[in-house]
Amino acid sequence: MLHIINKSPFERNSLESCLRTASKGSTLLFIEDGVYAALEGSAKADTLRQAMQDYTVCVLEPDLAARGIAAKAMDGIKRVDYAGFVDLVAESERVQSWL
Amino acid sequence: MSEEMMEEGGTIKKFLYVNRKAPYGTVYALESLEVVLIGAAFEQDVSLVFMDDGVFQITKGQDTAGVEMKNFSPTYRALEMYDVEKLFVEKESLDARGLTEDDLLVPVEVMTSEQIRDLMEDQDVILSF
Amino acid sequence: MALEVGGKSVETDEEGYLVNLADWDEEIAGELAKSEGVEMTENHWEVVNFLREYYNEYQIAPAVRVLTKAIGKKLGPEKGNSKYLYELFPYGPAKQACKIAGLPKPTGCI
Repeated sequence: MLHIINKSPFERNSLESCLRTASKGSTLLFIEDGVYAALEGSAKADTLRQAMQDYTVCVLEPDLAARGIAAKAMDGIKRVDYAGFVDLVAESERVQSWL
Repeated sequence: MSEEMMEEGGTIKKFLYVNRKAPYGTVYALESLEVVLIGAAFEQDVSLVFMDDGVFQITKGQDTAGVEMKNFSPTYRALEMYDVEKLFVEKESLDARGLTEDDLLVPVEVMTSEQIRDLMEDQDVILSF
Repeated sequence: MALEVGGKSVETDEEGYLVNLADWDEEIAGELAKSEGVEMTENHWEVVNFLREYYNEYQIAPAVRVLTKAIGKKLGPEKGNSKYLYELFPYGPAKQACKIAGLPKPTGCI
């Protein structure tokens, strides 16, 4: 299952809600303001590092670049482009968007 | 504060713009910037605060080509020419995001929450974005 | 709306400003100037090129007050004043020169 998060983890609880309910082995994809979750050294970094134990964590590269944090994203996160985004959706039986 | 304004009978007020949103996910940041630029024509005493996700508005290295949106971050560097020179950033917000002053594209004064509280109390008008 | 220049067609908005900054070239600038009734001289080009550089750097078309100040800094006080700029662009330097430079209408200009 694919979970898409598009809200900043510093402003909304989407990331926490997602992590509470996503089953192991799911894929998390961060897009739009959701990509701020990938910031190394932030107050959310440990939460995300923990999440990487149980989930495949992906981030939409153009959204990272737009926000000037492409060089500051944590290691271990898979970067995808728009085509990769489409593939993730197409491969997944179910998609939950944490709007 | 110009003498001229005072002679014309204009009153100069203290305006504070409080910016709390990240730049591209919503339109708040761009709207705020436009209001600041338009408002600059009135020659008031203007300050800007960046706190919470608002600090992301002025991070270096933004490149929006891939998302096909306008990168308006260079415009913050023009504010000085509009005589908008007082930019403040909340330290707690930077810390929570793993950022420092070096990550920002304009000169700012980093303030603690207590200092920002005092700054807010000192204003005539607060505009919230 | 569209502007036809030398066989090319470029898109403009209802006030005649270019929709795409990238469409601009000197030929199009000449055509835009003609529509504004401005005869381009070296001094006109100097302001137009200044505006394009300014936009490139700050992603904004400056207000007249800011333009005047910035031109004064770069080209000297005899050019950095509104009298000089209004002589070149009688209907407003920000409005007319920005249009000829292919920039959007300055923010706050109504």
